[in-house]
Amino acid sequence: MKIAVLIKQVPDSWAEKSLTKDTFLLDRDSSDKVLNDLDEYAIEQALAWQENDGAELVAICMGPESATDAIRRALSMGVDSGIHIKDDALQGSDAIATSRVLAAAIKRGGYDMVISGVESTDARMGVVPAMLSEILDWPQLTFANRVSVSGSTIEIDRVTESGITTMNAELPAVVSVVEKINEPRYPNFKGIMAAKKKTVEELSCADLGVDSVGVTNAWSAVAAATTLPPRAAGTKIVDESGSSVSALVDFLAERKVI
Amino acid sequence: MSNIVVFIDHRDNAPTQHSLEVVALGASLGEVHAVVVGNSDVANAVATHGAAHVYVYEPTSQAVTGEVAAMQDAIATAASQMVLVPSTITGKEIAGRLAIRLNAGVITDASSVDASRQATQHVFGGSTIVTSKVNTELALITVRPGSAEVMNGTSGAVQNRTATDSAKSAKISATKPAVSAGRPDLTSARVVVSGGRGLGVAEGFAMLEELADVFGGAVGASRAATDAGWIDHSFQVGQTGKTVAPQLYLACGISGAIQHRAGMQTSKTIVAINQDADAPIFDIADFAIVGDVNVVVPALTQALKARS
Ligand SMILES: Cc1cc2nc3c(=O)[nH]c(=O)nc-3n(C[C@H](O)[C@H](O)[C@H](O)COP(=O)(O)OP(=O)(O)OC[C@H]3O[C@@H](n4cnc5c(N)ncnc54)[C@H](O)[C@@H]3O)c2cc1C
Ligand SMILES: Nc1ncnc2c1ncn2[C@@H]1O[C@H](COP(=O)(O)O)[C@@H](O)[C@H]1O
Repeated sequence: MKIAVLIKQVPDSWAEKSLTKDTFLLDRDSSDKVLNDLDEYAIEQALAWQENDGAELVAICMGPESATDAIRRALSMGVDSGIHIKDDALQGSDAIATSRVLAAAIKRGGYDMVISGVESTDARMGVVPAMLSEILDWPQLTFANRVSVSGSTIEIDRVTESGITTMNAELPAVVSVVEKINEPRYPNFKGIMAAKKKTVEELSCADLGVDSVGVTNAWSAVAAATTLPPRAAGTKIVDESGSSVSALVDFLAERKVI
Repeated sequence: MSNIVVFIDHRDNAPTQHSLEVVALGASLGEVHAVVVGNSDVANAVATHGAAHVYVYEPTSQAVTGEVAAMQDAIATAASQMVLVPSTITGKEIAGRLAIRLNAGVITDASSVDASRQATQHVFGGSTIVTSKVNTELALITVRPGSAEVMNGTSGAVQNRTATDSAKSAKISATKPAVSAGRPDLTSARVVVSGGRGLGVAEGFAMLEELADVFGGAVGASRAATDAGWIDHSFQVGQTGKTVAPQLYLACGISGAIQHRAGMQTSKTIVAINQDADAPIFDIADFAIVGDVNVVVPALTQALKARS
């Protein structure tokens, strides 16, 4: 089994994010960048198939030069090799453009499965896997908190607001996994050393045969952005054995929530 | 007047409140053609809440693409140029697939939409408001809870239609509906009572449930609480959980890490109870109580019960 693991580099979630003044794109230079937290669960799931069934894992990442760090992290966790899609034309790509580019890279690899996180913590759209499924015409088995493969059949439990849905399909398929499906490992020294020798192929839009990507072709555009004033702290009282409750009740009544 | 196609999410044989809000939003912009997959009781209900036309499709075992096929049929039938979908996991995926299939721009998690197809979104945990516009002929917009007041007492026409999808899809073999425990949905509740590591034990959530029920509200949690296994992950509020914006958010034993604040800081009123006077949650709380949750929460529940 050959598996493409999709990983994205995102601004560190501990940092305050902002938009650039003129272009309204995420200001990626203003904070540290890390591997998208939620993609680590996809990596961990893929590593289970590598260790138990000998699956070959390729991390695919579309992003600027700095995204090499995210790829290295995936390799040091144990992924076999990486593909870094890097091109100035890709700056400001929306989810549609991103999915087109990723699909082009996936098509040339002969994969049995694409696995990803459910959401990138910067864009928070959670749509790339569904879009990939549509473009590749592979079944979508997303938001899984349980996955199993037997022969060429994959089965998952999908968790959404409406409950749990068990579904199955024949490979190749697009899979995304939720946080809590497993406990992602930390790269150890051996893994970090081994990662140095692993290959990362760099691809441009021309290599992939895709054009008209990036912000100039975005089908939706930001017209304005306003930063709200930060919330101010209000009343603070110290409680002694429930002494604060009457003041709280008065406050709630004043705010008309009771 | 323009035709707006709205996707209806339903549970327990009824449309979700979130869906009905989106219908009302649509009705303020044009004539609503609502899409219900798999339930005619739901369709009849939607017709009384602002939809002029309701299209009912057969239940589907095709995961997500079954709904996509229904939406595609409705968009063509209604010759619609604006599609509104409740921003749920499945709703966003439906919009995403339609975007690819119909070459249309998509905006997710809009909090408001106007007739010029401009939408506003709260990004970065609500600290920034962005106005975006779709540039394609067809606009696909997913809408957060709270966009409009549910309408009542209208009467629309319900018709049965069929649609199946030729895209490859996973086959649904079993479903287990989420149990609501009689409480409103976390994302559309007026009041959310959330608990964190400070509760100390799983039983702490029973205490919060009792308080939530006094308000007719929902229960939420921090990641520390869901990680501890005290409550299901689906109740997590924050960057990797749900985004909520209730009238009242009550944070109990939650420190207020940036990733938690990202999911709740646009709440109208925030009340926090924490033992540590320097907890960061107090920086954004309208009312802060420095105290023990195990004392304050039961006392508050008592006081509110006595009041009503
Ligand atoms: C990428 C990423 C994504 C994340 N996503 C989320 C997310 O979606 N949601 C989320 O919540 N977190 C998220 N986190 C985790 C976040 O950083 C915090 O670790 C988490 O929110 C802490 O939860 P907590 O406030 O319950 O626990 P703690 O930070 O341990 O705080 C517990 C608080 O309880 C107080 N306390 C203790 N005992 C009592 C008592 N008896 N009475 C009153 N107060 C008491 C303490 O003073 C303390 O302030 C994420 C982290 C990362 C890195
Ligand atoms: N630029 C990218 N490169 C690689 N994978 C990505 C990229 N963008 C999104 N993904 C994958 O798609 C998932 C969902 O992302 P999103 O739809 O942006 O919230 C992420 O968890 C990643 O696994």
